[in-house]
Amino acid sequence: MADCKRRAFFKGAGAALGITATVGGGAALYGMKRAWDPLPSVVAAGVTTVETGAMGAGEIGRVEFRGQPVLIMKKTSEMKPNDNRDVIVNGERFTVIILICTHLGCIPAWTGEIFKCACHGGEFDSSGVNTFGPPPRPMVIPPFKIDGTKLVLGKEGPEYAKLKQANS
Amino acid sequence: MAHFEKANSVGEWLDQRLATKELARVIALEYWIPKNINFLWSFGMILATMFMILTISGMFLLMYYKPDTQLAFYSVNYTIMQEVGFGWLFRHIHAVGASIVFLAIYIHMFTGIYYGSYKKGREMIWITGALLLATFSAEGFSGYMLPWGQMSFWAAQVITNLFGAIPVIGPDLVVWIRGNFVVEDATLTRFFALHVLVIPLIIMGVLGAHMYALRIPHVNNQDGEDIDYEAEARKFKAGDRSRSKVMPFWPTFMAEDIFTLAVFLVFFFYLVFYHFGFAMDPINFIPANSMKTPPHIYPEWYFLWSYEVLRGFFFNANMGLAAFGIANAFPFIFPFLDRDTNHVAPMHKRPLMKYWFWAFLFVMIGLTVWGKLPPTGANAWVGFVLSVSWLTLVLIIMPLFSTIEKKRREG
Repeated sequence: MADCKRRAFFKGAGAALGITATVGGGAALYGMKRAWDPLPSVVAAGVTTVETGAMGAGEIGRVEFRGQPVLIMKKTSEMKPNDNRDVIVNGERFTVIILICTHLGCIPAWTGEIFKCACHGGEFDSSGVNTFGPPPRPMVIPPFKIDGTKLVLGKEGPEYAKLKQANS
Repeated sequence: MAHFEKANSVGEWLDQRLATKELARVIALEYWIPKNINFLWSFGMILATMFMILTISGMFLLMYYKPDTQLAFYSVNYTIMQEVGFGWLFRHIHAVGASIVFLAIYIHMFTGIYYGSYKKGREMIWITGALLLATFSAEGFSGYMLPWGQMSFWAAQVITNLFGAIPVIGPDLVVWIRGNFVVEDATLTRFFALHVLVIPLIIMGVLGAHMYALRIPHVNNQDGEDIDYEAEARKFKAGDRSRSKVMPFWPTFMAEDIFTLAVFLVFFFYLVFYHFGFAMDPINFIPANSMKTPPHIYPEWYFLWSYEVLRGFFFNANMGLAAFGIANAFPFIFPFLDRDTNHVAPMHKRPLMKYWFWAFLFVMIGLTVWGKLPPTGANAWVGFVLSVSWLTLVLIIMPLFSTIEKKRREG
């Protein structure tokens, strides 16, 4: 009788110990996971806001977004519109691309008509679509949200989702 | 109750408290090693020594190294290389050692493969060894990041990017591993912590398990002979040393080991003093620059074979990643791909597997060579053929040949 009671007690104690250890271990793992998350300052720096209202046709803006160069160009009427690539802010068409060649990561230059990569001769049209040479894909459109005439890089709005769908 | 009385020597005093005589008997004086072995059996001790050399040289580098993206490059290339007394030597020992330890690991593994030392009770020796290959690889990769040169940065960029291919969680996982959207300060400091503490601790634990795994099945020998260790040990202890098939770990086996180790270290220090350049990529003497990719990014030589398996499927990135996954999981499943599980024999005594062995070695060397070449034109196709050959040899031919051998032997 006493033995049964003892056994029941140790069973209960063992279960309590097991549960506590599991919860504690889980909490410790969560803490370790959180320690590796990007810091708040890093997350905040991962959003770049660009004002497009004052830009004239053909004008180019460059910003650094998450350590990568981003080019924003207001398209002129001579440039071919591309509904799958153009970012439309306040009725105006913009080319918004991470300016990194999809071949080996060099930075292409805007010649006035096309983007030309000096490293291996790759060419992209005014929408950032590869037209010649080794690049396998168009240049990447960074995630964005449209807020009036402002372009918020790093947030995903419905316009971005649509372009992403069209490009995948 | 333990028996303590006045000791007549320091050794006796210690023995009363720590049972040092019994300990020496169990781990060395009566730890039996077969006599029928050759110099390749010394690579375990060579690897243990290399790990020690890396640990000690690393400790001295750690005293001046600064894990910060602003300071890391100059703390290595100016402070350690030019100011610290013999800093250049510690760095060259560490860099050459990191490279050569993989040469020794591959020789050690191919020895195990050739003599069938991965089956019939020796599976855990092999699997703990595969874990050591994985942890040493992680140690090599994290260490390569620390000088924060162009190759450090872009290797980190490319390797962390690989995780992005994992379905659903991939992109978030990449950001989590880096601690930033790009490889940055947080990435450097965490890989520094992994390199100097976390991974070395894991390696030490697995090294202990690897050596312990040898105790029950014992070391294999040149003919895969099943030795009756108790009978042979009795013969040895009774004085019939020449007819016994075994010898003690200390002093006999170690005498041979130390000789081979000495020859190896002559080669190692020759490289350190006269030929260290191969472990020092010139591109890594340019400070890391996230805005400029080097024209060719390639890993250190010991990762080239799996890198080439990845690149071999140049027309489809997902197939390449799947093959790369197989290449990295392969060491862990290797013992079970040999279907002739109960027959331990060196490759030259296996009628079909001997062809498999040399073809496998040839393809591994081929992958290593083509992994370094730019993947353009004919090179891409050679890489493709080598990758497919590698997969075929490992996943199809090895189980097939060993099954046929087993049937023939039994039939």
